[in-house]
Amino acid sequence: MAVNVIKEKCRGCSICVKNCPFEAITMENKLAVIGTACTGCGVCVEKCPFDAIEKSEEPKDTVDLSEYRDVWVFAEQREGALMPVVKELLGEGRKLADEIGCSLCSVLCGNHVEGLADELFEYGADKVYLADHKELESYRTDAYTAVIHDAIKSHKPEIVLLGATHIGRDLGPCLAVRCNTGLTADCTKLEIDIEDKKIKQTRPAFGGNLMATIVCPNHRPQMSTVRPGVMEKAERQEGRKGQVIPLSVSFEEDDIRTRILEVVKQAGEAVSLTDAEIIVSGGMGLGGAEGFELLKKLADKLGGVVAASRAAVDAGWIDHSYQVGQTGTTVRPKLYFACGISGAIQHVAGMQNSEQIIAINKNPAAPIFEVADYGIVGDFNQVIPALIEALDK
Amino acid sequence: MYFTKQHELVRKLAREFAEKELTNEILDEVEESGTFPEEILYKMGKAGFFGIKTPKEYGGSGGDARCYVLVMEEMARVSGVASIYVSSPNSLSGGPLLLSGTEEQKRKYLPSLISGKKKLCFALTEPGAGSDAGGMQSTAVKDGDFYILNGRKTFITMAPLADYAVVYAKTDMTKGTKGISAFIVDMKNTPGISCGKPEHKMGVIGCATSDIIMDNARIPAENLLGEEGMGFINAMKTLDTGRMGVAAQSIGVAQGALDEAIKYAKERKQFGRRIGDFQAIAFMIADMATKLEAAKQLVYKTAYLMDTHQSASMEASMAKYYASEVCNEIASKSLQIHGGYGFIKDYKIERMYRDCRVFTIYEGTSQIQQLVISGKLLKK
Amino acid sequence: MKILVCVKQVPDTNEVKIDPVKGTLIRDGVPSILNPDDANALEEALKIKDERPGTTVSVITMGPPQADDMLRECLAMGADEAYLLSDRAFGGADTCATSTTIAAGIDKIGDYDIIFAGRQAIDGDTAQVGPQVAWRLGIPVVTYVQDVKLCEEEVIVQRQMENGYEILEVQMPCLLTAVKELNEPRYMSIGGIMDAYAKKVTVWNHEDVGLDPKDCGLNASPTQVFRSFTPAPKGKGEMLDGTVTEMTEQLTEKLKEKHYL
Repeated sequence: MAVNVIKEKCRGCSICVKNCPFEAITMENKLAVIGTACTGCGVCVEKCPFDAIEKSEEPKDTVDLSEYRDVWVFAEQREGALMPVVKELLGEGRKLADEIGCSLCSVLCGNHVEGLADELFEYGADKVYLADHKELESYRTDAYTAVIHDAIKSHKPEIVLLGATHIGRDLGPCLAVRCNTGLTADCTKLEIDIEDKKIKQTRPAFGGNLMATIVCPNHRPQMSTVRPGVMEKAERQEGRKGQVIPLSVSFEEDDIRTRILEVVKQAGEAVSLTDAEIIVSGGMGLGGAEGFELLKKLADKLGGVVAASRAAVDAGWIDHSYQVGQTGTTVRPKLYFACGISGAIQHVAGMQNSEQIIAINKNPAAPIFEVADYGIVGDFNQVIPALIEALDK
Repeated sequence: MYFTKQHELVRKLAREFAEKELTNEILDEVEESGTFPEEILYKMGKAGFFGIKTPKEYGGSGGDARCYVLVMEEMARVSGVASIYVSSPNSLSGGPLLLSGTEEQKRKYLPSLISGKKKLCFALTEPGAGSDAGGMQSTAVKDGDFYILNGRKTFITMAPLADYAVVYAKTDMTKGTKGISAFIVDMKNTPGISCGKPEHKMGVIGCATSDIIMDNARIPAENLLGEEGMGFINAMKTLDTGRMGVAAQSIGVAQGALDEAIKYAKERKQFGRRIGDFQAIAFMIADMATKLEAAKQLVYKTAYLMDTHQSASMEASMAKYYASEVCNEIASKSLQIHGGYGFIKDYKIERMYRDCRVFTIYEGTSQIQQLVISGKLLKK
Repeated sequence: MKILVCVKQVPDTNEVKIDPVKGTLIRDGVPSILNPDDANALEEALKIKDERPGTTVSVITMGPPQADDMLRECLAMGADEAYLLSDRAFGGADTCATSTTIAAGIDKIGDYDIIFAGRQAIDGDTAQVGPQVAWRLGIPVVTYVQDVKLCEEEVIVQRQMENGYEILEVQMPCLLTAVKELNEPRYMSIGGIMDAYAKKVTVWNHEDVGLDPKDCGLNASPTQVFRSFTPAPKGKGEMLDGTVTEMTEQLTEKLKEKHYL
């Protein structure tokens, strides 16, 4: 697919130049010229008032796509427990599988993790491809990539979904390259195209300023990583059963090129932002680390957790595991309190799907008020205690 | 027009440094304490800000006048006093050494100035000799392998912090300006050399200014800088380059003041509209921006002429004169636009207004500049 | 030691805004910068160079000709040489095609002990190119690196996890992707900037790195953009009014009505 200017129709109005997100268009002698930075996103095609730009398909050699069937979900486990995102992927995977008319499977790697297969069946998997081996106990790139690549080669899934965790974002690209296929990262929406039954993967780019819908027309499997906390969890069906298909695993000594020496957990309470129903979050407006103590009081009162914007984390006021946003965690709690947070798009991208957003900020012009359901212009030092009091009544 | 991509990268470095390191908290602290954090000076040294135009053989960056102007402009835009720390080793302290120093003297003093390890101040002005520098009363009498210095210098920037000073004194009281010589004085280890109390200034607080008192101070003869009787020329040539530095400071502070005015005019609402939507304010901003652009062109052209080894003496005077006057005008109008808030220390314009007041005075008053310019034009 | 650093010039997406009326991206006046995670990657390489005299640091990027500006910045920070992979044929590449091109460039450079890359770029946000380049080169990769210790033959790294970190040992040559917690990137220096424009930037096209046009750029991208759009702004909510006490009481009432409390 390439983007071309139809020279006879181009009037040199420069609207395309101004709208290109990648600055890939220049004007030469009053004609638009598409440069090397073009990604084929098609924004110019839509914006041209003279229909002078078109996207053209080029014929390609394709792989025989019909051999590929089923939706696979990577069942990420750590220390013998499934990561919460797996249930979200199964929920989404079931919708996709039903629309296409195929099975929902899961691929599980670990050591002595057969018990998890039952959980996967209860959350909707029809089959579980199981690789059980002591070298797979903890994630290492080489080991997991080798095993799952073999499984994909043998069983040919049409779609593979992984959670965009630190592990998923490591495993995904390695698998995609080995399988010579495309991978779309951090998808926020997955749909099946009614016509060709291919998956359309929508994801944020440009720090959340632009949404792009990506397709992988000619390569299989179509792979996506999905952010935790974005899709809805599958419903648990007690007693539901499925089929376990063992995968054969063998490693040579030099196959796995990294060694885990130690695992260090962060001291203090585990922060589970993606599970929290109520979040009280603070930004630069807090003025210092002490501000978070006040937020914690409100969070404790409501039975919620504390979070932070990147600015507060960078300022050293709170650990990065509390960070919400484009480069932090994505959350969709019932209530999200944004205190002293300006509302830059990189932060909003991480919490905009919260059911109710309450913004507290001294600056009435702060962008956060544009996404908030309720806005209070004021100093959080006064508003939070008053809110705690009002809750007590 | 005057700048290459290399220069633009220098501007980028200086801007990022100023915005990241000179935060409101730090600048408020500087204003409060009267001292400037050593850690930031250390970083400035590492980034090469103290030896911008100095050749690499002395530890400098090997840059040019345009690089210097850009660093000064971007630093001054955020903090007037920070730009003084940049200007000192680059013009008034480094200048005399580069102009008249022997190889030995240059190698002895320049590297530590440029790294920021040592500070050197420029001691020309006296209580009775400001614009009339030739009227100085300090004396330097030869005595064997030493010169004995007596007298008092005043308003010397960084004197209380300095390790060394370039002091101008008369070796021959009968010859007027031709009797002035320059000396490198060790400020910390010379008996008879002391500093007065730091002045309580209106602005550019954070860089101490004081008198230097010389009471039979014995300076080794090898510390004579240049030849006897050539001191005045050394000072004037140094000030010539220094002029461009002050002009750059002026356009920097003016830009900062203009930015604040525009920001405020967009945010502040009265009578249901942004105050920037009223012509009185909008036209003020138009005037400020136009004058600033004219000042910038004068400054940039001066630097360009210097870099291409053309005569730039008159341009330097014009740039210093115009930029410093216009900076004060812009700061004043910006404060006016801020209304009552401009008078409050919480707002940046309050400090900028006070800081730039000295720009029309030091390193040659506006009136001296007018003298220089008219002198050149009306030569017989 | 020979260290390579993969870098990218990106628009400063913190400065990009959306036109509320037209719903389009406003890119005017948005500066192009060295991708922040890549600055951390380069800094780590420069730190090693500071500690081990004789180390060379080379930066490589795939981009349009204007990426030269970003490479000069890297040279001004202290990198020794720069490579720019630039060709119309490379345009429109997804991460798969990008990694093919960069790996071809690295193959042409020849030997290296470590490759550093940033974890992800702030325009694409995929975090895929680093690991994919490593696989194509056949070297081990560790992502999310927040600490590096060099030993004789191997590197000990800290790999950041969501709630802590792992300590891993990996053999050289290897590729490590850097996160912002790894270090504090240094400023350029004026002397560095003066030198940067004297240093060489080598420009390679597809022929120079032995790639057929059908194996790079849009032609070799399994994924394609179907369409792009700006996210619909959320409808404006309610601004509360009155004293602090009044507002917080109102808020509590409303949330109770909606059964959130």
